[in-house]
Amino acid sequence: MIQALAFYMFAFMTIASAILVISSRNPVHSVLFLILAFFNAAGLFVLLGAEFLAMILVVVYVGAVAVLFMFVVMMLDINFVEMRQGFLQYLPIGGLVGLILASELLTLAGSWIISPDASRVGAAPIPDGVTNTHALGQVLYTDYLYLFEAAGMILLVAMIGAIVLTHRRRTGVRKQVIADQLARHPADTIELRKVDSGRGI
Amino acid sequence: MVDFWFNYIWPVAWIVIKIVAIVIPVMLSVAYLTLAERKIIGGMQLRKGPNIVGPFGLLQPIADGLKLFLKETIIPSGASRGVFILAPCVTFVLALVAWSVIPFGDGMVLADINVGILFLFAISSLGVYGILMAGWASNSMYAFLGALRSAAQMVSYELAMGFIIITVLMCVGSLNLTDIVMAQKGEYGMLNWFGVLMFPMAVIFFISTLAETNRHPFDMPEAEAELVAGYNVEYSAMAFALFFLGEYANMILMSGMTSVLFLGGWLPPVDIAPFNMIPGPIWFAAKIAFCLFIFIWVRATFPRYRYDQLMRLGWKVFLPLSLAAVVIVASVLVAFDLAPQV
Repeated sequence: MIQALAFYMFAFMTIASAILVISSRNPVHSVLFLILAFFNAAGLFVLLGAEFLAMILVVVYVGAVAVLFMFVVMMLDINFVEMRQGFLQYLPIGGLVGLILASELLTLAGSWIISPDASRVGAAPIPDGVTNTHALGQVLYTDYLYLFEAAGMILLVAMIGAIVLTHRRRTGVRKQVIADQLARHPADTIELRKVDSGRGI
Repeated sequence: MVDFWFNYIWPVAWIVIKIVAIVIPVMLSVAYLTLAERKIIGGMQLRKGPNIVGPFGLLQPIADGLKLFLKETIIPSGASRGVFILAPCVTFVLALVAWSVIPFGDGMVLADINVGILFLFAISSLGVYGILMAGWASNSMYAFLGALRSAAQMVSYELAMGFIIITVLMCVGSLNLTDIVMAQKGEYGMLNWFGVLMFPMAVIFFISTLAETNRHPFDMPEAEAELVAGYNVEYSAMAFALFFLGEYANMILMSGMTSVLFLGGWLPPVDIAPFNMIPGPIWFAAKIAFCLFIFIWVRATFPRYRYDQLMRLGWKVFLPLSLAAVVIVASVLVAFDLAPQV
């Protein structure tokens, strides 16, 4: 009973905060609701027994990605009136995307009802006596190591690509060279002199 | 009815009792940590520190708390009210929630979850939101700057912390905090602790926790000389007190994390007669107190880092070093066949 209560609480909060993400006027509030949605999704993962995924969701999405979102949104100077103007223009496209997503979800849910075995094909059950962290590690790093490495390489290439595309070399910037600074000695720069009073150097 | 009582009410009540038994000592130690800080820094600077209120100034934290409690809460007119009030609550609650997985002794833990260390890591990475929300909601330049600095700083040092945690986890073979402590148990006493076996990583981890809790010498978010007081400049009374409590509770939490990962948790330093008769929680508290002393010692000793140097230290020094540590530890474990068999 407590599990069911917790499920309905997390599910309700996830959906409610997801709706508030797109309906709140202030973008910072939107990001905060997005974080709440992530958090409740993590709660749902915990209820499913996937505690590793739940924690990773919090660490990666809430702890890192959403911080960057927040950063960008806080720094932006958004004109809300201007933002509302294109609403009707983009409504058909947005509606179409939403419709496609909804129909795909319905197809998936429908296939579960038509053939109850279908859901079992995709999901690999966790072996007995093994925590799900261990099971995930087994799958990622032992069973499918090369595919995992390939995914890592693709991400690395994407990262390098992003850096190459956005990096620009500005002229006239004086860079700090830490090694030079550390190599300086007091004797190189400071000279102590005994000055007689009233004479100057 | 009896079933209902035993199945639902009593377990919940028992958990509430346990929570209270954890939260009250934490709050008390937060209060007395402020006194200890002032006393220790006073001693290091040849002053007496607070000594007026009560014997040896022991009632000073209570007096401070009472004073803050009686002050008026002021919400700036340009502030975003809801977020402004939520921010200190978030900071405070997150600082307390993490204690649920910390093992105080063998089996003395509220929630003995499989992914305890990840939970701690997740909660500590959420701490940045309290600060960001406070900075943004205050609608003030100084608070906002402080919040941005803090966010960048915490995100940067988290990476190094994560890699150091991975090196420890590779030696343990489990993410459970009790397992991490038990992996440090051995016939050589404290020579088995990861803090001794992997001393450089322990040092990097400790420095990262300094940055993660925004303590000296990395207290950029509240650099008084530049930002007045940083993200909490607009806060007063209990809202300010919640930030303060949260910050110090985080310090204690990070010390607890360091103790569990590197100083053997509740294990005695030498497993012989007078030492192993002292109960585990007391050893754990002593180790936390040791880490906290270093926190305060660092504060009394070092000048504040410049912001660009702080970023350089995080990204260009600690991140490569901790990545190298992961590779080296993994290689050693595989080469000498020391990897834990799960």
